[in-house]
Order: sequence, then C-alpha cells, then structure tokens
Amino acid sequence: MRIFLLRLTAKMLPALPTLCAIAGALLMFVVFLALQGKPALEACQLIYVGAFGSGFAWENTLQRAAPLMLTALCVAIPARTGLIIIGGEGAVALGGLACAVIPMMLPAAFPATPALLLMATAALVAGGAWIALAGWLRQYRGVNETISSLLLAYIALALFNHMVEGPLRHPESLNKPSTPPLPEEYLIGSLPGLDVHWGLFWGVLACIAMYVLVRHGVFGFSMSVVGGNVRAARLVGLPVNRIVLMACLLGGGAAGLAGMMEVAAIHGSANSALLAGYGYSGILVAFAARHNPLAIIACALVIGGIESSGSLLQRRLDLPGATTLVLQGLLFINLLAWESLTGWLGVWRLRLLETTRNPNRAVHA
Amino acid sequence: MLNEVVPSAFDFGSLALALFAGAIRIGTPFLFVSLGECLTEKAGRVNLGLEGILVCGAMTGYAVSLQTGSPWIGVLGAGISGLVLGAFHGLVCSLRGVNDIAFGIALMVFGTGLAFYLGTPYIQPQAPTLPAFALGDWSTNSQLRNALEINVLFLVGVVLAGLLHWGMASTRWGLVLRLVGDHAETARALGYRLIPVRVTATAAGGFLAAVGGAYLSLYYPGSWNEGLSSGQGLMAVALVIFARWRPWRCLFAALLFGAAGALGPALQSLGITSGYYLFNAAPYVLTLVIMVITCRPDRTISGAPGELSLTR
Repeated sequence: MRIFLLRLTAKMLPALPTLCAIAGALLMFVVFLALQGKPALEACQLIYVGAFGSGFAWENTLQRAAPLMLTALCVAIPARTGLIIIGGEGAVALGGLACAVIPMMLPAAFPATPALLLMATAALVAGGAWIALAGWLRQYRGVNETISSLLLAYIALALFNHMVEGPLRHPESLNKPSTPPLPEEYLIGSLPGLDVHWGLFWGVLACIAMYVLVRHGVFGFSMSVVGGNVRAARLVGLPVNRIVLMACLLGGGAAGLAGMMEVAAIHGSANSALLAGYGYSGILVAFAARHNPLAIIACALVIGGIESSGSLLQRRLDLPGATTLVLQGLLFINLLAWESLTGWLGVWRLRLLETTRNPNRAVHA
Repeated sequence: MLNEVVPSAFDFGSLALALFAGAIRIGTPFLFVSLGECLTEKAGRVNLGLEGILVCGAMTGYAVSLQTGSPWIGVLGAGISGLVLGAFHGLVCSLRGVNDIAFGIALMVFGTGLAFYLGTPYIQPQAPTLPAFALGDWSTNSQLRNALEINVLFLVGVVLAGLLHWGMASTRWGLVLRLVGDHAETARALGYRLIPVRVTATAAGGFLAAVGGAYLSLYYPGSWNEGLSSGQGLMAVALVIFARWRPWRCLFAALLFGAAGALGPALQSLGITSGYYLFNAAPYVLTLVIMVITCRPDRTISGAPGELSLTR
C-alpha cells in the first residue's frame, strides 16, 4: 500500500508546480483583498459561482473559453519550436475582418456552406499569414519574434479600426462603426441543446488535432527538435525555417479562426467589440497549459470562467472590474515562478522510486 | 477620399512644428522607459514587464499627486512602485528555470491589472500636474510658444541620459554592470556576484520606467485612465536595440519615436482625418522597419550585451 502511494506520488510529481502556483495565486489574491478589508473568501466563492455555479454561468464560461482555446494555440504551437509569440490579438482582428469581407464579395443567395468554408479559409489565411510574418522576420531577418509579433498586432488593430471606421463601414452603423452585417444564413448557430455556439466544438477539435499532431505526428516531433535544440535540428537536416513558419502559420490560423467565430457567431459583423483581449488572455492560457494542446482545453475553461465571473464580483461586492485581471496576473506570475521547482522534480522522483525498491532503507542523500 | 480633405496649400511649417513639439512631448516617456530598459539589458536581462510597470507608475503617480497635492512626490511615489516591481522581476528571474521574457509578460499582465484595480477611484478627479518651462514666451506665434513649453522631466531625462552614458563608460560600477551583462563567467571569476547586480539594475530600470509612466498621467496627456499607455514599455525594447544599448543614443531614438507618435494627431489638427488610425500606427511601423534594418539572422547586433537572451 505504501509502495503504491509512493509510486502514485512519483507519477503526480510533474503536476506539483502547477498545484503550488494555483495555491500561491489564490493565497496572494485572498491576502490582497483582505488587506483592503474586502470580503476575500466570499470573492473567491463568487468567482466559482460566476464561473461554474449554474447552467447559465457554464454557458457564459464556455462561450468565453471557445476563442481562448484557439488564441492559446497561437502561442502554444509556435512555442513548440521555441518562439514566444504574443501578438494573437492582431490575428484575431484580421481573421474577423477577413470573415466579414468575404460575404460582401459573394453574389447574392450564395449557398451558406461553401460561403462559411470560404470565410473560414480567409480567416485562417489572414491570421496565419500575419503570425507567419513574425516567424519569417525572425528566421530570415533575425528580428525578435516576441516584439515583432506585438508590433504587428498593434499594426493589425490599426488596420482593423481603419477599415471598420473607413472604407468598410456600413452607413447604418451610426453609434458603433461596423462592417455590413453578415447575411442571416451565414451566421453560426448554437450547439444542439446548449446556448453556446459551434466555435466551442471547433476550438476543442483544433486542440485535439494539434495534440495528435504534436505528440504523434512526425511534424510535431520535428517541431520539438527545433524547439529543443536548433543546432541539432540543423545537423540532422531538418528544414528549420520551414518548420518554424509552418508552426506560426498553424498558430496564427487558429487565432484567425477565433476571430471568424466571434464575428459569425456573436457579433454578426466586424466591429470594435471583437477586440475584447482574447489574444492576450490566450497567452496566459497557453503558459498555464505548458503549451500542451490538450491541457489548453482545461486551462481555457478556468481562465474563461475567471473572466466571466467579473461582472458578478462587480455587482455583488462592488469590486472594480479589473479584479479578475489581478487574479490572472497573480496566476501568471505564480505559474512561471514555481516553474523553478522543475529542476528539483527529477531528483525527488528518483528518491521516491528508490524508496519503493528498498522500502526498509530510505535514502537520505 | 484623401484628396478631398487635403487643403490646396499644405502647411508644412505647421506640421514640422507639431512634429518637433511631439518629439519632446511624446518622446519623454519613451526616453525614461528606454533608459530603464537599457540599464536592465546591460546587466543581461530583458524586462518586458516595463509596460506593466509604466502603467502602474502612471496610476501611482497620479494617486499620490492627488493625495499629497504635490506632483513631485507623485513622481517619487511612482518611482518607488516601479522600484518594487522591478526588484520583483529581478529576484524571481534569479530563480533557476524562470525565463525572463515570459516572466516579463506575466508582470505586464499583473502590473496592468493592479493599476486598473487600484486606479478605479482616480479616473474622475483632477490631480495637480507637473509644471513646464515656457521657453517660447518671446515669440508671438502661439503654436511656437506651445511647442517650446518644455516639461522639467524632459530636461531631467536628458541629463540622466548623459549621466548614464558617462557612468557606464567610465565608472567602476558601470564596468561591473557591463561585465555581468556581457560575460557572466568572467564576472564570476573576478569575484563579482551576478544576482545582486542584476536585481539592482532591474529595480533601477523599473524606477525609470515608472517615472516615464508618471509623466503620462501627470503632464501629457495629464490624467489617469485605462487607455493611457499605448505600448511604450514594449516599444522601449525595440528602441534600445535601435540605440545599440547606448544611453545617449536612447535620447535621439526617443525623440524620433515621439515625432512618429505625433504624426497622427498633428495631421488631424491640420484637417486630415481620414487615415487617422493608420497614421497613429506610425511608431509601430517605424519600430518594425528599424528592427528589420538593424537585426541580422547570422550574427548578433554590435553592442548587444553577450548574456542577453533577446538577441541570441
């Protein structure tokens, strides 16, 4: 029995930094609120209630988690090749814009399915190309991809605002500049039996597909080689540049798709409501998931839940709207800081396994 | 569409004057943040969290100025908040296995969140703002007088750039800083401890970035709101690369970026409104173009500290 427990502990050890991080973030959050005399524990409880407490809360959370899964892939997939891309928001904006432009160019009464396919393709290409540009700048011009992707995101947002408020503006959108609304039949509906749009399905599917690619595909393996050691990758003859570009294309495409889903399922046209920060939250989701596509699904639910509980905190406890942002920041900081435990984990695991082999002679070294 | 709004005789003089004014007015926060980033990077670390520190400094400066009635105590308060956050970045990144770029992103989220949270009550009231020297009183041209109204912090920044330039080149302290950033092994062999130097440099960098934030909320635009920063803290990283890690060149780079940032508002005031968003993106395009020109894939940039993860 004891041996079984020890083995189980050894198996679970890799989860230790994440658990410590969650505990640390919650503790800091409670202390932060308690210092100001705010009801800290009640706030934590409300975050849970607002995120997962009711069917309505769940739907709200899932609605937010759907784009987060896709924008997190925009960070996680390039990260497998060693790139830190933080410009997902730009890919979301361009994806949404591309999706809103396509119906304007189609003839009237164009059937919905091919139209949606075209819209998705346009969003994938727009988002993918934008992130791939950051990858290209890094591989061929030596420009740091973290900064260039963020600059490209700012430029994309400017382009988006320019197009929506200028050439593409619908004359009837007076108070809130928007592109012309999508035709009714091109809108993406809800999943059967849920008040959550199909974007959730595609988000989960994309995460699973990327997991299979990363863990079981040859391409996924070569991405890990490039990310692990570029020189080794070059020595064995891997086309490093092409692999990096492909990873950026995939990630950016996912973020572009997130923009398309938001436009076609929620807003109905491209307008500034699309720029709700999903690209930035996706960074946190990807880091929390340690760039594992399957873990992204769970992490997107947690972060989406935290974000959707914000309005409840505001209403019930009169806390500022940025409360959930503070919690996210604490979570992010803790996740990275506890990462330093990883170096010790191997040692502890070995010791535990050693003890299981010689249960009577525990090792003290 | 563009042709309709351009007046027949385009007033280039006004535009040049507006760009000159903007170079100083919008460039000052760039100057402080880039000096802070330069100091941090000279010790071999990158702090992308300066963006969060800048926003936090803007909020703290405004709040302290409102409470005490003195904008200068506000600037000091902002600096201290930046010092704390910078030291935090420095300490956590000294732990084994913590990536400084990733932690900078986390600090950016945290600093921004903290500033938005604590700054909610300060969005409405008006705090006392920083004074400026009216150097243009001799002129009758109101636009020129406006342009020559130069804030004290800008002059402080200019002095500081010169001081840092001299300090890094010719003091023992500056040499240790550069050694730690250039070749950690040598520094260790000579008996210098890396972590205290790096933490001090990052903390000092945080101080400067927060002062840059206080300039935003206490002088121009001169109020606290959540859309105050437009990525100055992050662009500072690119700016430092452009300045090749020389504090003196940071000054010129900051002025250039300030002028680029003034392009949108300047054209708008001259009646060109159609491409407003595109002109406002000028600093980002400029940054990107500069990085493409200065960076090369096959060799590190000349002047880059050897221990920097950014340029490897």
